[in-house]
Amino acid sequence: MLETIWFVLWALLWAVYFVLDGFDLGLGALLPFLGKNESERRIMYNAAGPFWDGNEVWLISAGGVTFAAFPKAYAVMFSALYAPLLLLLFALIFRAVSFEFRNKVEHDSWRALWDCVHFLSNLVPCVLLGVAFANLFMGIPVDARGVYHGNLLGLLSIYGLAGGVFFLCMFLLHGSLWLAIKSTGSLQTRAIASATFLWPLMLLLLVVFLVLTGIYTKLYANFFASPVLFALPLLALAGLVGARVMLGAGKLWLAWACSALFILGVTFFGVAGMFPGMIISSIDPAATVTAFNGASSQLTLKIMLGVALVMVPIVLAYQFWLYKTFSAPVTNDDLKDEHAY
Amino acid sequence: MDVVMLSRLQFAVAVFFHFIFVPLTLGLSIILAWMETRYVRTGDEFWKKQAKFWGKLFLINFTLGVVTGITLEFQFGTNWSRYSEYVGDIFGSLLAIEATVAFFLESTFLAVWHFGWNRVSKKMHLASIYIVAFAGNLSALWIILANGFMQHPVGYTINETMGRAELSNFWQVVTNGYAWGMYAHTVLASWALGGFFVLGVSAWHLLRKSNVEFFRASFKMSAGFTLALVLLLGLSGDQQGKTVAQVQPAKLAALESHWETGRNVPFYLLTWPDEANEGNKVQAIGLPGMLSWIAYGNTDAEVKGLKDFAKEDRPPVMPTFLSFRGMLVMAGIFVLLAVGAFLQRKKDEPCPLLLKALVWNIPLPYIAIMLGWAVAEIGRQPWIVYGLMRTSDAVSPVPAENIAISLGGFIVVYSLLGLLDIYLLRKYAIKGPNAQEV
Repeated sequence: MLETIWFVLWALLWAVYFVLDGFDLGLGALLPFLGKNESERRIMYNAAGPFWDGNEVWLISAGGVTFAAFPKAYAVMFSALYAPLLLLLFALIFRAVSFEFRNKVEHDSWRALWDCVHFLSNLVPCVLLGVAFANLFMGIPVDARGVYHGNLLGLLSIYGLAGGVFFLCMFLLHGSLWLAIKSTGSLQTRAIASATFLWPLMLLLLVVFLVLTGIYTKLYANFFASPVLFALPLLALAGLVGARVMLGAGKLWLAWACSALFILGVTFFGVAGMFPGMIISSIDPAATVTAFNGASSQLTLKIMLGVALVMVPIVLAYQFWLYKTFSAPVTNDDLKDEHAY
Repeated sequence: MDVVMLSRLQFAVAVFFHFIFVPLTLGLSIILAWMETRYVRTGDEFWKKQAKFWGKLFLINFTLGVVTGITLEFQFGTNWSRYSEYVGDIFGSLLAIEATVAFFLESTFLAVWHFGWNRVSKKMHLASIYIVAFAGNLSALWIILANGFMQHPVGYTINETMGRAELSNFWQVVTNGYAWGMYAHTVLASWALGGFFVLGVSAWHLLRKSNVEFFRASFKMSAGFTLALVLLLGLSGDQQGKTVAQVQPAKLAALESHWETGRNVPFYLLTWPDEANEGNKVQAIGLPGMLSWIAYGNTDAEVKGLKDFAKEDRPPVMPTFLSFRGMLVMAGIFVLLAVGAFLQRKKDEPCPLLLKALVWNIPLPYIAIMLGWAVAEIGRQPWIVYGLMRTSDAVSPVPAENIAISLGGFIVVYSLLGLLDIYLLRKYAIKGPNAQEV
């Protein structure tokens, strides 16, 4: 029972991470396309300013919880996906630094350099997270000792790449909606146009991804076993449709919230299909790490559940307050503060 | 090189680099909170200017601390997967608690402080830097509790069927005396580093007569703070030495390069280890009974020598010994400088020689902290969890060439970022409080 609760919490932490860091990663990857001049680019940096760091902590929590509640899954997941994971870490390092360093030297080529770094270091995680999760959905070649029998290129199968493109589009859409909220004038117009342009593409990718999932993975088995789970992909679809409707009605916050719902739905769709598998072995079913054979002791799960039930709502409350405090669009006055990016 | 050595090197690079940024974050956040308190209490813009100037240096430093920390958390899975599987039940939960109770708090309220100068009330803004200071130091506690488990494992049982260590008593894990001793020493050292940083940068400006009033205030403020910390640091170090003697006698013997078990053991001011011949090449100017006294508070106490430990259970003597001696020498320098700064803090023109020394001293606390970690971690070898799991049994089944590539990547990227960071810190430290950005 505790294992199942932790499996759901595990999925929830990843989903919240995708919802929150998703928009600032997408925003960063849009930088060269939407920021036409220096002040617009700075608005884009500062639109993520108070949020990106707190959002990234959800990744640390998701990683930490994997470690605490499912040490075996943590050990196999991160050592098997060694190369893509380190690539992700390097990208996140450069991303953080690009925020902080860009505006610290007054020189056009310095800024252009960091803009380029910022773009790439946001783009890479968007794609990598998609590739990694698609591979987890599909299963990876690990043996019973947790040894990975494949290479980096092996992850880039058709389904892996589809996952990468899917996540990229999902985060770009999410980021466009966020920028629409946090900007004014022509930058906002461009952000809305970007979201409007990406939306049909996203719908197409959703359909393609759901079909490919049927071809390349066994995720649907759980859904046919308990059809109530089909609510999850429907939730994703509802979120996506809602995002378009709200965007059309000019209700930007609701459009963003619908996009968040879409991301939640997609994550839970995949993870529900995996249950109870966490690291599905594509070469030896007996080597699959599940929520049951990979979990921590009952005592640890209990203590951690107590911590999570107390702390996660508190964290959500003060992060919600942060979002509320900084909900207004970034203005030129904000850019004048000497601590601004 | 084999997987174990490459993994150890990579971890060392990652952890040392991370720990360049952590202590300044811990120390400076407290000083910032104090400065802003004076601003909010008196309404004097002078102290707001102080908080903003030192705050900018704080922010440049903070970012690298965050991202290098993420790398560390994932290193356990990528490079130490056998270890992670074996002790994740205990170790993993401490890391997860760190993220949920401390790190969220720190990063969220740092954002409020960073971007909220005109968005939240003065009091809320002040509260946010206090929360940052509290959460940062709380975060360090959980990380050191995790490290403390590796140094002195408590509160666990071995589950033979699962083949792993499992939590049996959470209370014992979080009240681990070894860990609390380490925590006190680490946190005091970090605060002292923050104090020396402020003293050093202020001294640079005072030497050049730039913004004299501004930097005299910063100097005066951190002089007493730093001296108090340096003295407490000595006490906590002595205390921790006694704990090490109890819990990790092999580490104690290695850090003193002490080979023969005996009573009334002297402390030799000049020593040079000779590991191959199980002795010391040089051993001179002994203070009678001092080592016994340092370790057990009794000049007649017996101190176990390295020869009493099987060769495969001894830590590498030379690096442990040199790191420890280096730390001691620097401790002496810190006491002198902190006393000097304290005595001169009210002078209109503090002694230029002292000011120069304080500028040159800026990197030393960093080095001392690195050496302290080297003593703790190299001295724990050959164990990853003392007495329970050997480092050589802990690594991931990852090909050596993958680790070699990532290690190369870390070295290149971290060197680059480290240089950029130093360049920017220096630039903004020299610019002073009146420079307009943009």
